[in-house]
Amino acid sequence: MEAPAPGPGFEFEQPIFDLQSKLRSLEQLEDKTEAVKQEIRHLKREVARVIQEIYDNLSPWQTVQVARHKNRPHTVDYLSLVFDEFVELHGDKLFGDDRAILCGFAKLGQYKTMVIGHEKGRTYKERTACYFGCAHPEGYRKAMAKMRMAEKFQVPVICLIDTPGAYPGIGAEERGQAQVIAENMYEMSRLKTPIICVVIGEGGSGGALGIGVGDRVAMLQYSYYSVISPEGCAGILWKSHAYAEQAATALRFTSKDLSRFGVVDHVIQEPLGGAHRDHHQTAQRVKMYLMKSLRELLAVPADKLIDQRYDRFRRLGQFLEGDQPGAGSETDRASA
Amino acid sequence: MTKRQKRGVPEGLWERCPGCQTSIYRKEAERRLNVCPHCEYHFYVPAADRIRQLLDEGTFEECDAHLRPTDPLGFKDRKAYIDKLHDEQERTGLLDAAMTGTGMIRARRVAFGMTDSAFFMGSMGSVVGERLTRLIERATQQKLPLIIVSGSGGGARMHEGILSLMQMAKVSAALARFDSAGGLFISVLTNPTMGGVAASFASLGDVVFAEPKALIGFAGPRTIKATIKIELPKGFQTSEFLLEHGFIDRIVHREKLKSEIARTIDYCGK
Ligand SMILES: [Zn+2]
Repeated sequence: MEAPAPGPGFEFEQPIFDLQSKLRSLEQLEDKTEAVKQEIRHLKREVARVIQEIYDNLSPWQTVQVARHKNRPHTVDYLSLVFDEFVELHGDKLFGDDRAILCGFAKLGQYKTMVIGHEKGRTYKERTACYFGCAHPEGYRKAMAKMRMAEKFQVPVICLIDTPGAYPGIGAEERGQAQVIAENMYEMSRLKTPIICVVIGEGGSGGALGIGVGDRVAMLQYSYYSVISPEGCAGILWKSHAYAEQAATALRFTSKDLSRFGVVDHVIQEPLGGAHRDHHQTAQRVKMYLMKSLRELLAVPADKLIDQRYDRFRRLGQFLEGDQPGAGSETDRASA
Repeated sequence: MTKRQKRGVPEGLWERCPGCQTSIYRKEAERRLNVCPHCEYHFYVPAADRIRQLLDEGTFEECDAHLRPTDPLGFKDRKAYIDKLHDEQERTGLLDAAMTGTGMIRARRVAFGMTDSAFFMGSMGSVVGERLTRLIERATQQKLPLIIVSGSGGGARMHEGILSLMQMAKVSAALARFDSAGGLFISVLTNPTMGGVAASFASLGDVVFAEPKALIGFAGPRTIKATIKIELPKGFQTSEFLLEHGFIDRIVHREKLKSEIARTIDYCGK
């Protein structure tokens, strides 16, 4: 499987495209002199250098754009590149089959696993069928039903998180969006089988957390995970979506920030220029992380596993704890 | 120290009821636990008044009052979060949006917590999450019934970023442990209970009560309207709407809340 051809790029990648078009025109020359060949080698190095430089210095807002890139690998891509087999299990046995969350058995090397993943779709038709990766309550219920079965048969769970957020709509409220997200966190915290969560693109608030409580939480380097979308935050606090860039900076939601806060245990490095440039290599790195984590977690007895999972989330938060309110000695109970 | 200010029914003898637009006499509303005498609209109740209404006189002992919010992100929009925090503390006399402790309800000892919607819209940041988690852990250890009254229009507090989101998981995990230990959790939803608060502890009660006509939901009505671009049905995301759709057990008038809680504790008691 080939990575899709590069689509329209970002403005901040313009220097890359300029070099690449120069390179292409040289490569199209029929008779290449030694000087041209040398220039080609030089330009190739330059392209790599410029990509590296741009991606080393992505702003939070640019990171969001990369996380949303239309060619970024989605759950379906990982299902074919990381796993040997995928047996989809549909339906929440209650209301319907939400296409924004895919569930099913999958083989990962020698391991049997249950994969739960947000899917955003790629074509317009796919994207509308799954509401652009925004799940309804039936999606979260389906995920929980499959996770319960995984627990029963001692199959570890792998959650791939990639959603702008849980769907905001009339039907979603009527069918208990708040209730299902709460219940998923509640049950995942005590599910007696290993759970590994990886944020592969967008970690959109409660919609992400609804399949986000696990023994390990990892994140791809240029994904983001936030309490609110930068546009939503800008709309509320700056009273205009035009301030999304400022909000993106203020919210501190990049993989670097989240490691510092102890919210993610591991950052999976992306290939040069982001996951959308090389699906294969990205998938390999995700696979290595999953295999390693599974090996570790499967060695832990179930009771100890859920105690450790509890402690993992219990630690999160930052506050001051002095003896008297307003004054006295301050203990910064920072996590991480 | 900050001075305690009376909040809720605004100053002055008369005020307009948002439910029926009638001008009502403040003293009359207060005598009726801040409920409109004409249309039963339930006004906002500050933390101290809520405790007085629900717990036996003088039995409430606050826990973890010394926890104070900080500014983990160095968050700044048009104003710095740290300055907004100070303003809210000054204005409400609270250090953060949750108040927790133990007390008696009709002589039954309980662990009691609440979020006060006056402080940062009752939103949950690290202090709210930590106070509630400690309360739940205390209820688990001491085998106490747990009562949490939610009033949170703000959901997870965005000024504390991802750490606010993680409080949802932290509090829910503590409730799961409490549940596994056989604890009784009565969740009381008041106006408003939205977003990350609705999508965590508020929805996880063994029994869920709601005051009448409260706004309760996941996504804010404005967000939904902007997404689907049609008018929202009348009564959408109210207590009555949630009852009809099967997500709450009972709508309870404020005057009955204390006795209904006591009765439920008795049914679930050993
Ligand atoms: Zn009225």
